[in-house]
Amino acid sequence: MLTIPVLRWGKPYESLEHDEVKHFLTGEPIARLGQANGGLLQRDMRFAKRARDVLRDIPHDDLLERIKKAADLYLNATLPMGDGVQSPDDFARQQSASTGLPVHMAKANMQKNHYVLTNMSTMLDALTRGLSPKILARGYGVESRGVTVSYQCQSPVVGLVLPSNSPGVHTLWLPVIPLQVGLVLKPGSSEPWTPYRITAAFYEAGIPREAISIYPGGHDVGPAVLSACDRAMIFGGTATIEKYKGNPRVQAHGPGFSKILLGDDIVDDWPKYLDVMVQSVYANSGRGCINTSGIWASRHTKEIAAAIAEKIGPVEALPPDDPNAGLAAFTTPGAAQAIWKLIESKFKESGVTHVTEKYGPRLVEKERCAYLRPTVVHCTSSQAAIAKDEYMFPFTTVVECPQDQMMEQIGQTLIATAITNDERWAQQLTDCTHIDRLNVGPIPTIKLDWLQPHEGNIVEFLFRNRAYQTTPERLAKLG
Amino acid sequence: MSQAVSPEVQAKAKAAKDRLDAHTYEIVQWHFHPSTGCPFWLDYAKTQIKFDPLKEVKTYDDLKKFPEFQDEWLRGGPVRRWVPQPLADKPLYVFETGGTTGVPKSRVSHDDWRTDYSNFSETLPDDKFPRGANWLMLGPSGPRRLRLAVEHLAQVRGGICFCVDLDPRWVIKLIKKGWMEHLEEYKKHCIDQALTILGANHNVQCMFTTPKLLESLCQALEKQGKTLKDVGIKGIFSGGTEFTPQWTRFVTEEYLDGVYMTPTYGNTLMGLACSKPVGPADGYKIAYYAPQPRAVTEVVEFNDYNTVVGYGQTGRVKLTTLTKELFVPGFMERDEGEREMPFDKYPWDGVSGVRPFHQLAEATTVGVY
Repeated sequence: MLTIPVLRWGKPYESLEHDEVKHFLTGEPIARLGQANGGLLQRDMRFAKRARDVLRDIPHDDLLERIKKAADLYLNATLPMGDGVQSPDDFARQQSASTGLPVHMAKANMQKNHYVLTNMSTMLDALTRGLSPKILARGYGVESRGVTVSYQCQSPVVGLVLPSNSPGVHTLWLPVIPLQVGLVLKPGSSEPWTPYRITAAFYEAGIPREAISIYPGGHDVGPAVLSACDRAMIFGGTATIEKYKGNPRVQAHGPGFSKILLGDDIVDDWPKYLDVMVQSVYANSGRGCINTSGIWASRHTKEIAAAIAEKIGPVEALPPDDPNAGLAAFTTPGAAQAIWKLIESKFKESGVTHVTEKYGPRLVEKERCAYLRPTVVHCTSSQAAIAKDEYMFPFTTVVECPQDQMMEQIGQTLIATAITNDERWAQQLTDCTHIDRLNVGPIPTIKLDWLQPHEGNIVEFLFRNRAYQTTPERLAKLG
Repeated sequence: MSQAVSPEVQAKAKAAKDRLDAHTYEIVQWHFHPSTGCPFWLDYAKTQIKFDPLKEVKTYDDLKKFPEFQDEWLRGGPVRRWVPQPLADKPLYVFETGGTTGVPKSRVSHDDWRTDYSNFSETLPDDKFPRGANWLMLGPSGPRRLRLAVEHLAQVRGGICFCVDLDPRWVIKLIKKGWMEHLEEYKKHCIDQALTILGANHNVQCMFTTPKLLESLCQALEKQGKTLKDVGIKGIFSGGTEFTPQWTRFVTEEYLDGVYMTPTYGNTLMGLACSKPVGPADGYKIAYYAPQPRAVTEVVEFNDYNTVVGYGQTGRVKLTTLTKELFVPGFMERDEGEREMPFDKYPWDGVSGVRPFHQLAEATTVGVY
């Protein structure tokens, strides 16, 4: 069994307290994870500035080369992990074992992280709109069009309170080190694997150890991250999102309530878009905020629901190492049962039909975990209590709603895929401020263009564009 | 016990047990005699139990005859029902515990709090808590007895106590409301007051504070480029919330710089349980020993509160209070821990690893101040 220590700016710290990371099927311990206390983290923030300084000491091109090298190491190498080592296969198996995600999905997430790290240069160019990295490093400079600009870094480190159950979220923080900002990571109790492995790859590739800290820990560590770091990201539910709404120091990520909207102009051809709908609901076991949880159309909704149900309703819960496994397990005792009880209670409402019912029970209980099989619910009205629900498994409602009421009714939506050729409606959707990422056309909600911001531009989160005036002579010296 | 404890400690443990039995008999006689008992216990003996405590409680183990003490009995009045008759005309205090929502538990007291803290004073090393030095009490006061008790402790040791109040009921409300900025500001408000006192040339060398406030005070001092030692502190007794070995090690290694800190475990019902000296040799294990015979802690089976667990085994903490002012047989604390061996200084059972009782932990807001 691995023992994984707290990392204080790269230095292992053997805590007196450990938490066991357990296999979700057997209950066997896989790792002993050192536990930090909040005060330890807060005290270490004395060296937060050093984290940015050591990264700024590395020329940007060199830094990006190291990131690329780290990408390959992360994907292919056997890397140090606590008091042992970890091969890529070990990683996928361990992540699967503690999170319930099928092994092949863990491997797919590795590919995704690898892609983002490998293409970091292009991504940063896109996210900064071609700004010279030197301007971000120095804080000011002259743009190619001859205008003096300043981007002031708002925090030498970014704190992250990471989730236990969503290994897909890690792409969000991968640009932080390339932006020459340090990392303070609090891994989820069941998913320490990605933060530690990426950190190990960074170190092997020459990223200074003083740039990253990792603090697994209990209830006081998350709040310590948020109070000690001037910029932080947290992952949680709707309550977490609401709590940090409007707080410029915290970027809260939570449920997506992502949707597919079928325009009146194309809805009669809905079978053409069935695969886009199915893929958006079902991919990655429906766990992501980018998975579709609602499909809205003005007509044919019963047929659409039935067709999606026919495709994913029969999916069975398979063992995590089965290459055909499409469902992740709920590893928290009682969680799947509670979720299913809640969903079932909403079936009683008039106009709500459980369309996957004929494909057998949805709740599958195992000795130490449970699964929820794909669930499709038809709603004759957008007012149904379940219409805008989102759950962490392949779940979607198919909601009947006139097109001219959709925008008003859908509520907060992280990703909307509008399948339409109606430019007037597309423009209205473009202007709609409660849609974050808009796809116009038959693009699955799970398909991300990495050159575009996701839930806010991380560059804008970390750097403030402000005025900066100086003498021409001084600017001329910048080179 | 016999294999790990020296014959000397065994002999001391036997003597302590004999003292406890004699003390139990005396206290039960006092609380259940018609001329001295309080209204609550006299009525209880008549209506709720089928044995006569005056005749059938001769030893500590005989207290098992009492049904489990219900903490609800301590909520609400009339508070005088707990006052033994000979104390009825004495000056009385009422101390409360909990109380974030609903009616708090209360305890009437005349002199117990002074006795408890006078006794505790005898356990403090004079070189770490110098006689005549002044004290800072940085923690919850209000309806708690802590402020008066620490002030008395300072006076017993020849010092004067400066006080900074923190209202834990408000802190819990802030957490429940999610007003974390207010929480931070309130904490800062308390720490700022402490810094002012420590910087005002008052010869403060000793203090009581809670683990969270101690950490915050050290952080605030560090921002000023100072340590507790720099501002003159030599000894700290700390308590009020959960201590973990990791936290104790952290604060010892990173902040205390040789300043002595002794963890304590206690509440309004018990008084103070002292800790065995804590340090790296024992992995910063924190083992508490109740102030026997005035109070006894036992670690009992989760499903049988009359059976103590084996040494080193985990169970729920059970408290019995045996003073002339208060008799509480078998109060189930909201904590669990491991049963510890007697040792020379405290030749009776202790409890280590104290943490919230796992069946209640999720519903409890812990370690808030």
